Amino acid sequence: MSLKQDFTRGIFAENPTFRLILGMCPTLAVSTSLINAIGMGAATTFVLLGSNILVSLFRKLIPSNIRIPAFIVIIATFVTVVELIMQAYFPALNKSLGIFIPLIVVNCIILGRAEAFASKNPVFPSILDALGMGIGFTGALALLGATREILGAGTIWGYHLLGAGFNPVIIMILPPGAFIALGLFLGFFNSLAKKRKM
Amino acid sequence: MLFTKLFIIFLSAVLVHNYVLNRFLGICPFLGVSKNSSAAFGMGMAVIFVMTIASMATWLIQHYLLIPFNITFLQTITFILVIATLVQFVEMVIAKTSPALQQALGIFLPLITTNCAVLGVATINSDSNLDFIGSIVNGLGAGVGFTIALLLMSAIRERLDIIDIPECMKGIPIAFIIAGLMSLAFMGFTGLVSQ
Repeated sequence: MSLKQDFTRGIFAENPTFRLILGMCPTLAVSTSLINAIGMGAATTFVLLGSNILVSLFRKLIPSNIRIPAFIVIIATFVTVVELIMQAYFPALNKSLGIFIPLIVVNCIILGRAEAFASKNPVFPSILDALGMGIGFTGALALLGATREILGAGTIWGYHLLGAGFNPVIIMILPPGAFIALGLFLGFFNSLAKKRKM
Repeated sequence: MLFTKLFIIFLSAVLVHNYVLNRFLGICPFLGVSKNSSAAFGMGMAVIFVMTIASMATWLIQHYLLIPFNITFLQTITFILVIATLVQFVEMVIAKTSPALQQALGIFLPLITTNCAVLGVATINSDSNLDFIGSIVNGLGAGVGFTIALLLMSAIRERLDIIDIPECMKGIPIAFIIAGLMSLAFMGFTGLVSQ
């Protein structure tokens, strides 16, 4: 498989959110606004990159029957790094993302890529894979975040977009809106994928 | 007084801040195991069990290990390892002591390690400074709330199989729409407990 494919796979064909349906909890929880979505995407991409590099470097040293705990320790280390960076430099973002920063540990995308890709491939393809998956995840979050923010608050990145006459659909930034928006997006991408196959 | 406080914590975890429908924790098993009611029940029981024990264990570790040694920044890494070990241990104990329980919960226990709701409940316990009993009640409530949501969802999805819905919405997408409607209904409980 070519290097280009390693990179683009995560963005389109195997997009973790819309195609593989992985990592749903942070997707639903932090997509209330574009800025939260980008922040979460960046944090997850960082952890994904770090864990893919380390797992790939140590892939011949980690015995296969204890590989899952080993992966989890590697991932948890990077999550701790992200937590400390967030607390130090982005206190506002850290507050609005709340417990979903420590919960990056149990994001199935990261463990999934460590198991399915990084533990079987050299470092460079693993970096590309992590970047592709990270961009795919961030893009999906941003799409959902922007949609919910525009509909639910009438703003984008905190700026008013639709003028004073716009009456925001508040339900979109509340929990039910997250489920319904994601359900509709998944249905839309399913029908797109089906059309391309035909 | 104490009882009232605990009851409020419990009610809040079960209904008002339902872990699945309001806090978005444990969505993966919520979608994955809700295809039939008996599996949903087994998973729910396993989650209640593990959440209660995990709340207990992580509280003890937090207050007797992490805080005295001033290493609370290691919270995430400690909690996930404790939960993983605990699940393994519970599985071994059940296998030795109660084959019937093993049969019922067996296949669900290993899945629980990566259930973000368990790590979530441990983190929420420590973030909101609950005491020991409060943590256990919160863990129990979170598990009960998860089970209620899972059972409701599985009952609806069993009926969905025979209903004519657009091809592209079948499976997960329609499940999300239903979860959204359930979440809307659960929002009716807001105000039941003022926090």
